Amino acid sequence: MNARSIALTVNGRPVNGTADVRTTLADFLRHSLRLTGTHLGCEHGVCGACTVLVDGASVRSCLMLAVQAEGAHVRTIEGLAGPDGELHPLQTAFRDKHGLQCGFCTPGMLMTLVEFLEENPDPAEAEIRDAISGNICRCTGYESIVAAALQAAAEIRERRR
Amino acid sequence: MKPPPFDYVRPESLETLLSTLARLENAKILAGGQSLMPMLNLRYVFPDVLVDINRVPGLAGIRLEGDRLRIGAMTRQRAIETDPLAAAHFPILPEALRLVGHRQTRNRGTIGGSLCHLDPAAELPTVALLADATVEIAREGGTRTLSAAEFILGYMTTALGQDEVLTAVSFPLWHRPHGYSFQEFARRHGDFAIASAACLLALGPDGRIERVAIAIGGVGPVPQRMPAAEAALAGTRGEPEAVARALGFCDALDAIGDFHGSADYRRSVARSVLRKALGDARDRAAAAPTGPAQ
Ligand code: FES
Ligand code: FES
Repeated sequence: MNARSIALTVNGRPVNGTADVRTTLADFLRHSLRLTGTHLGCEHGVCGACTVLVDGASVRSCLMLAVQAEGAHVRTIEGLAGPDGELHPLQTAFRDKHGLQCGFCTPGMLMTLVEFLEENPDPAEAEIRDAISGNICRCTGYESIVAAALQAAAEIRERRR
Repeated sequence: MKPPPFDYVRPESLETLLSTLARLENAKILAGGQSLMPMLNLRYVFPDVLVDINRVPGLAGIRLEGDRLRIGAMTRQRAIETDPLAAAHFPILPEALRLVGHRQTRNRGTIGGSLCHLDPAAELPTVALLADATVEIAREGGTRTLSAAEFILGYMTTALGQDEVLTAVSFPLWHRPHGYSFQEFARRHGDFAIASAACLLALGPDGRIERVAIAIGGVGPVPQRMPAAEAALAGTRGEPEAVARALGFCDALDAIGDFHGSADYRRSVARSVLRKALGDARDRAAAAPTGPAQ
């Protein structure tokens, strides 16, 4: 072990922990913080299941070391719903449109789309497909995911009005 | 799929970084990590120490310097993709960047990291070679500047020494406006390209091609310029015969065959993406308002 102590903010809460320098951010979230909503599909940056937001930007948490997140604001799928449990429009839309089956890809899909829709709340279908091109889903065939993203976008626009 | 054990240092100044690199052996620089981290997880590399340069100040940023666009090595690919200066002065960069990996990898991946990793199919080294970019390199007690052609030595091999770090990439600007195009063929969006073609093109007042640069990526072990094709097009109006002559030089490209396709297949894909890139670049040059060179 070559451990370092790290301090960061996860889903708005300050977190102090210890991580071996070779521990990925994904493993730190899952094993040390017990935030197992972030999934690991490939552990080499191709599936997108491990996507989280670091300082607002979507990143693959299997390609970042936990020690690199020192001082950062990390947002995971556990931080998506409101404090009272109210679902994020993306979560509601994925439920409504059957945007998931086994759910393995879902955390990564949602975190990718959170960033994308915050920036572009009125996307064309093709732009959504481009945005989720780095996230692999073995179940849905993507159609229902795209439909859910479109519904969530409409809801987000509505709320901004 | 966990990385092997290594030590980790995170210098917070260029000075410390350079002195660290000077004293360490078997160290690997960690920039955006979008290639190095997979290689660690797959245990293709076993560095003793990772030198994380993410917190070295002054290595990121995009600015105009005279007639050049200078981009710090640690500038994230996504930052270049969305940068107004890059869009206005060197639009082939954002066009190529949209084909680099995915949003999540571009949020972390850096221009310097891509050049130093030098994957044969990577878009940024192809653009650097196309544009006759220069790279700025620092080590303890000195700096040097190399052309992209000097920097690229061979298959995934650069001229960077163990004790050196790439600090910036500088692109000489083409006058505004110019034609440009980056085209590639990959099996899936975001995959490494089987072949890519990049083209910069400027028309003279008489509508003839005044200047043209062509580079091909993904086909051989390193990106390749096509001087013969460039010469075949210069001074023409890009007539079909001239284009055909230029495309003919694709047969002479250095090409690798692997499970994605044979060498000949790659040359043939190169020909088709180059045809598209030339057409696009020419159309864009023709559509651009003519004005005094800038
Ligand atoms: S687990 Fe990170 S991209 Fe697949
Ligand atoms: S819902 Fe099963 S992988 Fe996407």
